[in-house]
Amino acid sequence: MSETAEAQTTAIGRRVAAPSLDAGNTGDELVLRLSGDWLARTVGSVEAAIGSAAKGDAGRGVALDLSGIHRIDTSGALLVERVARDLKAEGRAVRIDGIEPRDEALFAAVRRAMDREPAPAKPTRGSPLTDIVADLGESVVAMGRELVAAVGILGGTVEGAVRRATGRTRFRGAAIVSQLDRMGLRAVPIIAMMSFLVGAILAQQGAFQLRRFGGELYAVNLIGILVLRELGVLLTAIMVAGRSGSAITAEIGSMKMREEVDALHVIGLDPVGVLVFPRMVALLIALPLLTVVSNLAAIAGGMFALALYSGITPASFLQGLQSSVDLFTVFSGLIKAPVMAVVIAIVACSEGMKVGGSAESLGAHVTSSVVKSIFLVILMDGFFAIFYASLGL
Amino acid sequence: MAMNGRADHDGSTQSEVIIRATDVTVRFGSKAILENLSLDVRRGEILGFVGPSGAGKSVLLRTILGLNAKQAGTIEVFGIDYERASTDERLAVEQRWGVLFQHGALFGSLTVLENVQVPMREYLTLSPKLMDELARLKLDLVGLAPDAADKFPSELSGGMIKRAALARALALDPDIVFLDEPTAGLDPIGAADFDQLIMTLRDTLGLTVYMVTHDLDSLFTACDRIAVLGDRKVLVEGPLDTMLSFDHPWVKSYFHGKRARTIATDDQGAAGAAGPQGA
Repeated sequence: MSETAEAQTTAIGRRVAAPSLDAGNTGDELVLRLSGDWLARTVGSVEAAIGSAAKGDAGRGVALDLSGIHRIDTSGALLVERVARDLKAEGRAVRIDGIEPRDEALFAAVRRAMDREPAPAKPTRGSPLTDIVADLGESVVAMGRELVAAVGILGGTVEGAVRRATGRTRFRGAAIVSQLDRMGLRAVPIIAMMSFLVGAILAQQGAFQLRRFGGELYAVNLIGILVLRELGVLLTAIMVAGRSGSAITAEIGSMKMREEVDALHVIGLDPVGVLVFPRMVALLIALPLLTVVSNLAAIAGGMFALALYSGITPASFLQGLQSSVDLFTVFSGLIKAPVMAVVIAIVACSEGMKVGGSAESLGAHVTSSVVKSIFLVILMDGFFAIFYASLGL
Repeated sequence: MAMNGRADHDGSTQSEVIIRATDVTVRFGSKAILENLSLDVRRGEILGFVGPSGAGKSVLLRTILGLNAKQAGTIEVFGIDYERASTDERLAVEQRWGVLFQHGALFGSLTVLENVQVPMREYLTLSPKLMDELARLKLDLVGLAPDAADKFPSELSGGMIKRAALARALALDPDIVFLDEPTAGLDPIGAADFDQLIMTLRDTLGLTVYMVTHDLDSLFTACDRIAVLGDRKVLVEGPLDTMLSFDHPWVKSYFHGKRARTIATDDQGAAGAAGPQGA
């Protein structure tokens, strides 16, 4: 015994004897002789065989002879025990012989476990139709809750602002400045770059189409109005939603996961006030400023493209811009920025607060934060367009 | 009581070494955490590993598991030097050990049952039905109620997480399990149950257990041998008696401190009575 064990442990690849199964008859009993190593790694090969070995021989008693087994672990013991039980259930007499003394405890533990009541069956689902209706109902209720949560966050932020304004809570300027740095300043290069490119592409396409009417110069008006009223703020908001919205959700979400939000609660700090307020204020300041950056970059891009593509000099570009764009155009775009900021902040924070215990839920909520805030930003832009149109502006 | 073990399990002798660490040195930057550390773990024993906080117990554990790089020395697990091993050999080693991390490290997006089945699905060729039964058996072995199987880790209590993580560590019927502070954060009754569980598993499954712990109760009741880490190496190793008579300030204050004294006296009294029954 001991020398075989030595031989096996010389290498980690431990020589493992494949499990095997022989059926034979002794008297009127069917004897199944098991031999080899019945381990988790090996029993897969005999799982089907042992199940079918005793079939078709109905009524006769069965003896499982384990004396040829060299090593056995829980998987092997479970398999043997299961076969024995299946046969017993068919009303046949079953014996298990030759369990080595050292494996008795193992078999006892396996038997104990199998004797225990099986887990309650999972609740079965209803018909597909009721499932659909139930899902629909659930999502409507969830949407309602979400709306309430969003209003709660907005209210909490306003309350936080009031408390700070009246001096009942300390105003933490540093938190806001640090958020401003991350959400505002560090977003400038990417937003400027993206807007410059979009402005240039738009100008080139506009000039290409307008050239047929001999109105290439109107590309300047196109760029000016489109960028200042719609595109600048929209591009910025989408970029901020993707860049800062996801970060806010992930930050708050991982704090939620590790009970840090609960810690704030019990210390007597309002999580909305501490976590949401500085982020929302920072976004309220950063988004309009980034929109100005985006506007300027897009117009510069347009100017660059038109100079190259249509030969419109920067001087005449600026002249055209001056005649087509007034202060209203500029502010009709800029006024949207704070609204977008509030939308992004609320969505990002409420998604962060909904994160549960698992990493998967964090990922899901970050995704839905970005998707939702981009969708809502575009929706808001649509509302503004309708609003301006109905005012005849 | 502690040494009753199952020295004859697998037909091998007490002296068969499963893990051999020789002259291991680990540095983080210029700071040496472990220096020329040597340690043997023998088949079938429960080795308790103690040391002051920050002494490098977890670093040694992670180094043995190949999660940390070492600067010098060799560590052989089942006679294989993990660092020089081929991918196949590494995989073979990884199938022969199970690890219970300090915080469980259960996969949050999987249910408890699925967590236990992760290693099984990867390495075993069993029917899904048998795998389900096997996973439920493991959960039962570690003392989890059947209805815990379909829960997610975030729905479990601390003690249940430890048990579920232990079930996952046992998924492939390993030869050795590494336990990192298994009883930390459990109430004394839960911790005592866990100690008992480890001993039962060692006896039923023929496990070797490497346990990093701070729990004096575990050391007194469950461990066959204790190793103390200090001054970047193993200060002393041996059974409890060796610890109690060893002359080193930290070891003395640890094993003769206020908390130790009551347990030690209780245990000496209880050991005689429990001995035969434990065997």
